[in-house]
Amino acid sequence: MAESVSPSDSLLQRLLAGQTIALAKSITAVENDTPQAAEILAGIQTQLGRALVVGFTGPPGAGKSTLVNALIVELRCRERSVGVVAVDPSSPLTGGAILGDRIRMSEHNRDPGVFVRSLAARGHLGGLSPMAARVIDVMDAAGRDVVIVETVGAGQSEVEIAEIADVRVVICAPGLGDDVQAIKAGILEIADILVVNKADLPLAERTVSQLKGMLSLREAGMAEVPVLSTTATNGEGVIALVDAVEARAGTLEGTVGEEERADRALRRVRRLLADATAQQVRRLIREDSGVNVDDLCTQVQRGELGVEAAAAQLLQRLKEPS
Amino acid sequence: MTAPARILVTKIGFDGHDRGSRIVATYLRDAGMEVVYTGPWQKIADVVAQATQEDVDVIGISSLATDHLLLPDLMAALRDNGLGHVQVVVGGIVPDQDIEDLHSAGVAAIFHPGSTREQIVDEIARLAEEARVAA
Repeated sequence: MAESVSPSDSLLQRLLAGQTIALAKSITAVENDTPQAAEILAGIQTQLGRALVVGFTGPPGAGKSTLVNALIVELRCRERSVGVVAVDPSSPLTGGAILGDRIRMSEHNRDPGVFVRSLAARGHLGGLSPMAARVIDVMDAAGRDVVIVETVGAGQSEVEIAEIADVRVVICAPGLGDDVQAIKAGILEIADILVVNKADLPLAERTVSQLKGMLSLREAGMAEVPVLSTTATNGEGVIALVDAVEARAGTLEGTVGEEERADRALRRVRRLLADATAQQVRRLIREDSGVNVDDLCTQVQRGELGVEAAAAQLLQRLKEPS
Repeated sequence: MTAPARILVTKIGFDGHDRGSRIVATYLRDAGMEVVYTGPWQKIADVVAQATQEDVDVIGISSLATDHLLLPDLMAALRDNGLGHVQVVVGGIVPDQDIEDLHSAGVAAIFHPGSTREQIVDEIARLAEEARVAA
């Protein structure tokens, strides 16, 4: 892949040629929002949508990373190049993080067809990191056939992955009892495929039937959600999982699928736009560039102005700084 | 706001005693750094691949049983793969007679037994800063 690039090529050119170092550096630029990031993101915009994005989410310790590792083994057998975006939590106190997902994937370290990048959530809620969606785009632009996204250990409301992934896999561990109840209203609903991992444990079958029972209560006409069992540590059930992922991806082809993908792409851009706008507004407020935020705060504090009314005034002042 | 320093904490060679590396990884986390932790038994090519993909600023090698003798090979492999700017430090047991060889191979810092949390964190933060400037 990298032979066709020369050192004088720009980072963007080398990224689009699939060069490993350029991919790594581009991700850093995008993650840290450096001056280079805008150029890269603008340059890749028309190159997106080729990769199949597969999301993996589920509670901590369910075996997400180990299952992703097993999935990579099978994907490599099928000659797909793979990118992995693995998100772990940042400390709310110091901002530091231990990024330990790739420990489970070390057998692929030396395979140039596999690129794993660990991201810290950096205070972002929703299971991903602030720039995770754009990091996925960068991997897509670098020509990875499949991009696997592993969220932080998630419970009920970390459903951001639903908007980003083409195929959503939710992983449970057996015998969680109340936890199975707990996922009912949240991440269960976004699953295209449900997996009970650690299928070698005694309660696995019961968990499978509980999940199937829940699915049977869904409205008629919704897409069928397969419930699979895997043992990630020995690879059992993984071929069936990759088949299910590819079957689901197949439904995204053709007219209906194209519309669904285009729809989701538009929703994503809408959200990126909303996020970027919110960020710029936040910066303007922080820098207090001629809008006199303190004055509004004081008025709210004294009860002279409601918060919503103050916000409206603030937006007005941002439009026409005094 | 500057982005957190990214550090790879790992062990090369056959020794699997990784408690020290976990403690240091936690120190660095508590100092606000993003630590990619790999666990023991990595080959030099593993470390090169991980440092490349994760775009780290500093690699911290824990060595308790002569694994530090592999460091000159690691340094050469990093340079050959375009990672000459990445700073490498080692912590654990490094006999006096080996110190000069490691430094001349390009190892930036050696943390012997008795090194304090503050010394380790400050030095690694400083080296991360240097690596970013050099990158």
